[in-house]
Amino acid sequence: MGSERGRKIVVVGAGPAGIAAACAAAEAGCAVVLMDDNPTAGGQIWRGGGGREAAQWTARLEASGARCWYGACVVSAAGGTVVAERDGEPMRIEYHELILATGARELFLPFPGWTLPGITGLGGLQALARGGVPVRGKRVVLCGSGPLLLAVAAHLREHGARVEAMAEQADFGRLVRFAARLVRWPGKLAQGLGLQWALRSVPFLTGAWPVAAEGRGELESVLLRTVQGTRRIACDWLGCAFGLIPNAELAAFLGCRIEAGVVAVDEWQRTNVAHVFCAGEPTGIGGLERSLAEGQIAGWAAAGQETKARALFGRRADLHRFSAELAEAFELRQELKELASADTIVCRCEDVRRRELAGYGGWRGAKLQTRCGMGPCQGRICGPACSFLFGWDTLSGRVRPPVFPASMGTVAAAGERQRREARV
Amino acid sequence: MPETFEVVVNGDVVRVEPGTSAAAAILMAGHGACRKSVGGEPRAPLCGMGVCFECRAEVDGVRHVRTCQALCRAGMRIITDGI
Repeated sequence: MGSERGRKIVVVGAGPAGIAAACAAAEAGCAVVLMDDNPTAGGQIWRGGGGREAAQWTARLEASGARCWYGACVVSAAGGTVVAERDGEPMRIEYHELILATGARELFLPFPGWTLPGITGLGGLQALARGGVPVRGKRVVLCGSGPLLLAVAAHLREHGARVEAMAEQADFGRLVRFAARLVRWPGKLAQGLGLQWALRSVPFLTGAWPVAAEGRGELESVLLRTVQGTRRIACDWLGCAFGLIPNAELAAFLGCRIEAGVVAVDEWQRTNVAHVFCAGEPTGIGGLERSLAEGQIAGWAAAGQETKARALFGRRADLHRFSAELAEAFELRQELKELASADTIVCRCEDVRRRELAGYGGWRGAKLQTRCGMGPCQGRICGPACSFLFGWDTLSGRVRPPVFPASMGTVAAAGERQRREARV
Repeated sequence: MPETFEVVVNGDVVRVEPGTSAAAAILMAGHGACRKSVGGEPRAPLCGMGVCFECRAEVDGVRHVRTCQALCRAGMRIITDGI
């Protein structure tokens, strides 16, 4: 790779992985630009603050000399230039090396009533509360799957919410096995136990999931399927998400190989596309520590600092083992495929119901005939749901520009670039 | 206590703190939804992180803004979409 001062490195995504990558590359003397769609740095996990570790990393980022562009949405990238949109205006930034740290989003599975106002993601409800949505005194039910369930419950309770119940789809036995294996990661075990203690007065149901949400115009109650039968719980908010999935659209658009839904990388976090690296959740869901380790490795490697990158290989391998435990413990149960009835909306942008999707063999056919996945979110919500429900491949080789909705001016600016390249 | 300021949602004045999202302002103004879906249903924020577009509304004359990603500014005018 070779070290080179002044090498231009663009990092997409200013969550933990992107911040770590930008710090490493900038400290190695590269000219770094860090871009993010969100109004501030920190990604979803450090949204609206994030405590001491977040403060340390953001201080390091400020001292590193990396230039940061927030509120910038990447719509295209090719041949050494990233095209983004900021305040409705196109911006183009050139790079020698590109590091994708695009993070993850929540997996939403359709069930009857899930489109009612008042139903959000788990991290979604936390993010909204951090943005000022009032939760004090509100009755909240949290369901779905994964460690986020407890973390969000604790956060909302701290802000005065009345958490009525938490429902985890995984069975009790799996969670016990997972907890037993956490002794290898004492920090994570302590975190889990701390949350359990803080939430000891809240009913925590395992092997339980939402079968319907009810309300006239807005959420009034949720029906949970539990091991003791079906339970109706009245609530003002229902936070529900079935784990995290990588934001791999930009990587797929660039031609990066996607394997089992995650971006494939080598030991240096390099993708199969020259000069494109990827770090953090897009390479596999693993949480904060894994993202920080991979981000630093990508940053050092892109800057040509192999020795520094290699020093973190052991830590990363250990955190990859944690990812595997996480995936096994919270594997989604098959019953969830039957939650959506024929009449349930699957694509919320175009209001496409499950029955309309019957009979299609794949994502492309369904999109063209039903408009499923053709709305503003570009299939980011219903695509992964269809992937789980019907086994469709909704990602590899199928992402087209603009990667994110943009003004015609920005699309034209991106297209201009492509035309010039085509001429050369 | 940080200094609060006013924004306007569908003509109603709402007082918010710095760091409040436009989505939060819509809900604080008592509007349960941000937009009407193609099938006529009320819709409100789902993902809270700029991905799902369910929270889109008009902000200062610009349509289809993701209100969960837009921070309130003093005097900001927000109009829900068809609700």
